[in-house]
Amino acid sequence: MSAPSIDRATPSAGATRPRLGAHTDGPLGGVVRGARKLAEALATPLVPADYLDLIDPMRSGADLRGRIVEVRPETADAATVVIRPGRGWRGHVPGQYIRIGIDIDGVRHWRAYSLTHRADGSPAAGIPAGCIAITTKAIPEGTVSRHLVREAGPGTLVMLDQATGDFTLPSPAPAKVLFLTAGSGITPVMGMLRNHLAELRDVAHVHCAPSERDVIFAAELAAHHTSGRMALSLNLDDVHGMLELDRLDALVPDWRERETWLCGPTALLDAAEAHWADAGIPERLHVERFRPSVLEPGEGGTVTFARSGLTLEADGATPILDAGEQAGVLMPSGCRMGICFGCVLPMRAGAIRDLRTGEVTVHESDEPLPVQTCVNAVAGSCEIDI
Amino acid sequence: MTLAPERHASTKPQGINPRLRVQSDTPRPQRPALKKSGRPNPAAHLTPEQIEGIGHELDALRKEVMDSRGERDAAYIRKVIKSQRYLEMGSRAVLLFSGVKVKGIRPAWWLGTAGLSVAKILENMEIGHNVMHGQWDWMRDPKIHSTEWEWDNASPASQWKHSHNEIHHTFTNVLGRDNDLGYGILRVDEDQKWTLFSLFQPIWHVGNALLFEYSIAAYDLELGKYVATKNRMTDEQKAEFRANRSEVLQKIKRQATKDYLVHPAMSAVTGSARTTLTANLVANLVRNVWTNTVIICGHFPPGISTFEKTSIEGETRGEWYLRQMLGSGNISGSKAMHVMTGNLSHQIEHHLFPDMPSNRYAQIAPRIQDLMERHELPYVTGSLWKQAASVYWKVVELSLPNKVEGRRRRDIVRLELKKAQKKRRRARR
Repeated sequence: MSAPSIDRATPSAGATRPRLGAHTDGPLGGVVRGARKLAEALATPLVPADYLDLIDPMRSGADLRGRIVEVRPETADAATVVIRPGRGWRGHVPGQYIRIGIDIDGVRHWRAYSLTHRADGSPAAGIPAGCIAITTKAIPEGTVSRHLVREAGPGTLVMLDQATGDFTLPSPAPAKVLFLTAGSGITPVMGMLRNHLAELRDVAHVHCAPSERDVIFAAELAAHHTSGRMALSLNLDDVHGMLELDRLDALVPDWRERETWLCGPTALLDAAEAHWADAGIPERLHVERFRPSVLEPGEGGTVTFARSGLTLEADGATPILDAGEQAGVLMPSGCRMGICFGCVLPMRAGAIRDLRTGEVTVHESDEPLPVQTCVNAVAGSCEIDI
Repeated sequence: MTLAPERHASTKPQGINPRLRVQSDTPRPQRPALKKSGRPNPAAHLTPEQIEGIGHELDALRKEVMDSRGERDAAYIRKVIKSQRYLEMGSRAVLLFSGVKVKGIRPAWWLGTAGLSVAKILENMEIGHNVMHGQWDWMRDPKIHSTEWEWDNASPASQWKHSHNEIHHTFTNVLGRDNDLGYGILRVDEDQKWTLFSLFQPIWHVGNALLFEYSIAAYDLELGKYVATKNRMTDEQKAEFRANRSEVLQKIKRQATKDYLVHPAMSAVTGSARTTLTANLVANLVRNVWTNTVIICGHFPPGISTFEKTSIEGETRGEWYLRQMLGSGNISGSKAMHVMTGNLSHQIEHHLFPDMPSNRYAQIAPRIQDLMERHELPYVTGSLWKQAASVYWKVVELSLPNKVEGRRRRDIVRLELKKAQKKRRRARR
């Protein structure tokens, strides 16, 4: 088997992965390259990595993986997952996120989570040196978050991607900062606080949570507040009601002068973007969005053939293969009944319904999902990579 | 070697495949009591409604098993892959000393060759064949995925998937559509045409078994079709053939370099180059003969049906299921035996649900047998030796023309010979 070539949505993985001998020039480089060629000739049709992965899946040069060290509860339904990354880990900038691929009931799921450990690898908040940490809240429909909080245990091997994202603080740090967070939106900001709080002179933080016992990192935030390093306002929905952005004038009167970093549910992000735009300072607002919008599967809908630049309407009984062919897309095809897997194409977004079983498959991460176009119809909308 | 159906699907929209659904928009005909060849039709007693019922029952069974796939199944395939890779590495390490003699024998040669043979069989059957069927795609692991897998065999994965998954599994045992019926060189059914070429088919059969990986490659490449119809092919078709041919040759080169050059060269240090080469050769031969033996038991033993092209027009999902059940046969045996056949010993179950994880076939086998017995359909099964011997006998028997009332077979052969001679003389003139 050749190395997997399924495209990752985040280009950081793979493209710049250091390969044995790739950077070695001169006479030694020739030897290394020769050894690699020999190893490839010995291993074909597999690649040497397939054998090396058996022995050390976390070695440098392997696809990036990590092993869960500890799952530590933060609140009743949130937990911090501490992971020791493989030797290929290249570090991160606080505020960035990683994608984690974890097998649940045998199926691999990829999700993005903000990093909360110290970027220099030193221990902090109970996270051992050299480990990375994410914090997630179990939501009722969230397969992965529920699994991480309730089921995953130490020793579990997970797939990782290198850190990415531009939700980070500039250098030098701005004089006045506002952090506006809600729920598990606290996580990228906690990554910044654990790394940069000492460099920030004037920090205001408004954090929203349903109730006091739902506040993730409550003790750590309170300690920063009492020590005077940060002015924290907690907005608890059961006490204060949902945060109205008009209240910002009362909570942080100088919010217009502050560079603001915002992370939370989509509704809050949309409202804040409008609010900052109304104030004429949209450039002061930095937003982290994780979930675009939750998709409700429908019956039939819009199919987009991304590389063909074609979008069409199809009903819920027409296989995507037939819809594409009728529109002149050069679709790969085979048995046309779901057994030969000759029609498989990557789905980049959307939802589809299996015409044999009625089972709906929703694309829920940014990993392209290979799907059989001959037995699936669009359920709402979908984007196929052809 | 074989005349295969069109590789190019028609570009015209064809309408949705009736095999997607159990029900049909138009009423389906009752099956005739006799087939075109005059042999009895084993499904003649079933009404279209009963066949629809079979379709619903099998769809429900499929859903039940597919919905229950989970961590244990994933752990199973990963364990098999891991064991196979350790076995292969271990065997190849042992073969580094294959030339070393102890008391007149070469223990490392025997041990390494046996281990490598088993590793190659596992790789081709329980792993390669099944992964390329998409049985493990549901795990969404790009390292165990039908679109990514390449196997230890002369035929490139892409070409094998086309001829096997698409043609053979869709048109199972349909005369003139499914070239797995004798691979274009053997007559394994009385309804296949007899020619003078058939006279020597016991020889072709043994040769095919010994060189199985290469004949599969030639077969997947549709080499025979190219040779037969080259003059009528468009430039585009010829270009496609040439591209595929170069893909096959590249693959064969890589495979041969590994087994017959690089690994023997590694053994040269202990003076074991020649013995490692023979070990690899024997392991490939063992794998070839074993896979061929298993595969001929899947569709050729007596009691398994073939079908006329016209009988599958407008075929529904239920009718397709029925054809798969009647067109396949199982091999009975131990658990180890099932693993070594890649669970193709459950050929009937595999043909009903080619994308079901192979470790589940044993679980559904009793229910398939029960369903077939309830509908008075023959569930063909037997030990490997019994089934394989019956096929070898059939190959010998069918090397002669069918018995016809009032004619001696030897006269038919003589007549054919005369015709061939006449044709040759005419061609010479």
